[in-house]
Amino acid sequence: MTAFVLVNISLFAILGATALAITRMRALYEATMLTALFSLVTGSLFVLLDAVDVAFTEAAVGVGISTVLLLGVLSLTRSREAVTPRRRRLPAALVVLFTGGTLGYAAQDLPPFGSATTPVRDHPVTETYLYQSQQDMGIPNTVTSVLASYRGLDTLGELVVVFTAGVTVLLLLGPLTRRNRPVKRDLVLADYRVLRVVSGVLMPFILLFALYVLFHGDYGAGGGFQAGVIFASGFVLYGLVFGLDRVQQVLPQRVLWVLIPLGLLLFMGLGVATVLLGGSFLDYDTLRPDDPAAGQRLGILLVETAIGLTVATVMTSVFFSFTGRGASR
Amino acid sequence: MTVIEVLSGVLLAAGGFFVVTGAVGLVRFPDFYTRIHAVGVTDSAGAGLILLGLLLRTTEWEVGLRLLIIMLFMVITSPTAAHTLAQAARRDGVPVWRAGDARR
Repeated sequence: MTAFVLVNISLFAILGATALAITRMRALYEATMLTALFSLVTGSLFVLLDAVDVAFTEAAVGVGISTVLLLGVLSLTRSREAVTPRRRRLPAALVVLFTGGTLGYAAQDLPPFGSATTPVRDHPVTETYLYQSQQDMGIPNTVTSVLASYRGLDTLGELVVVFTAGVTVLLLLGPLTRRNRPVKRDLVLADYRVLRVVSGVLMPFILLFALYVLFHGDYGAGGGFQAGVIFASGFVLYGLVFGLDRVQQVLPQRVLWVLIPLGLLLFMGLGVATVLLGGSFLDYDTLRPDDPAAGQRLGILLVETAIGLTVATVMTSVFFSFTGRGASR
Repeated sequence: MTVIEVLSGVLLAAGGFFVVTGAVGLVRFPDFYTRIHAVGVTDSAGAGLILLGLLLRTTEWEVGLRLLIIMLFMVITSPTAAHTLAQAARRDGVPVWRAGDARR
C-alpha cells in the first residue's frame, strides 16, 4: 500500500512539475514535447486507477496523435510564444485563480480516494452494468458494452464531434480553400536508410495492432477510438518519412472524403435499422431476435468499426491538410 | 526461492540500475550527443533487462508472447529514435564536445 501511495505521489509531483515547466516556456516545440509527457503521466495515473481504457486513449490521443498534430501546426506558424504585455497578466491571473479556486472548492465534494462507499459504487446502475451486461451481451470488458450499447447515443454524439472537427479543419485548410502548391522539402527523411527501413518494417505491424485493438475491445482495453488513432498514426509515420505524395498514393484524399462520413453514416444507419426492425434507437437486440446477446455483440462490433473508420480518416486528413499546407505560405 | 526467481530479480535490478544511470547521464553528460547515448541505454539495456526479468516470472504463455513483442518493438524503435536524434543534431551543426570544453 505504501509503495502504491509513493508511486501516486511521485507521478503527481512529475505532473505538477511538467505543468509548471510548460507555463515557464517560450519555445513552443519544447512545450509541445512536455505536453506529451504530461499526457503520458496522466495515462500512468489512469492505469493506477484501473481505468485502462481511458489510459489507452490518453496514450494514443494525448501522447501520439495530438503531439504530431501540434508539431504540424507549429511548422506552419511561429514556434515562439509572444511575450504577454504586463498589463494583460492581471486579468489572466484572476481568471486562472478563479477557475482553480472553483475546481478546488468543487473537489471538496468528491469522496475520499479509494473509498468503498462512493455514489459510483453504490448506485444500482453499476450493479446493472457489471452483472446484467454479462447476461445481456456476454462481453468481458464492461467498458465496451457501456460505451457501445448502453450509452450508444452518447458515443454517437462523440463521433459527431470528431466528424465536425475533421470537416471544420478540411473546410479551413482543405481543397475548398486556395490550391496548395506542391510541397518542396529541403530534407527528405526517406534518404536516411535507417528511418526508411524501420518505418517500412513497422508500418504493417502498426496497422495490424490497430485491427487487434479494434476487434479485441470486447475482451481487453481498446476499441474504436484507440484503434482509429493507431491506424492514423501508421499513415502519419509513413507520411512523415516518405513524404505526402507517397502516402497519398496509398491513401488518396478522395478515398478519405468518402470514408469520413461513411463511419458516421454506418453508426446512424445502424440506429435507424434497429428502429425499423421494431426496437428503439441503437437497440441491437432486434438485429438477431432469436439470440439477443449475439445481436448485441454484432451491433457493438459494427459500432466500433464505424468509430474506428471515422476517427482514423479524420485524423489522417487533418494531418494531410497541415503537412500539405507546408510550403504554400 | 527458486533459481529462476533469483535470476529474474538480478535481471530486474540490473534493468533498474541502467535506467538510473541513464537518468544520471542525462543530467550530468556535457553535450547533446553524450546525452542521447545515456538515454539510449535507458531504453535498450534498462527496459530490455526489465522485460527479460518479467519474462522469467510469467506463468501464461500469452503474457510472455506480449512481453516478447514489446521487447522486439523496443529493440527496433529506441535505437532508431536515438539515431534520428543524433542525425538531426549533426545536420543542424550541433558541435561535438571535446575534453576541456565547457558543458552545454
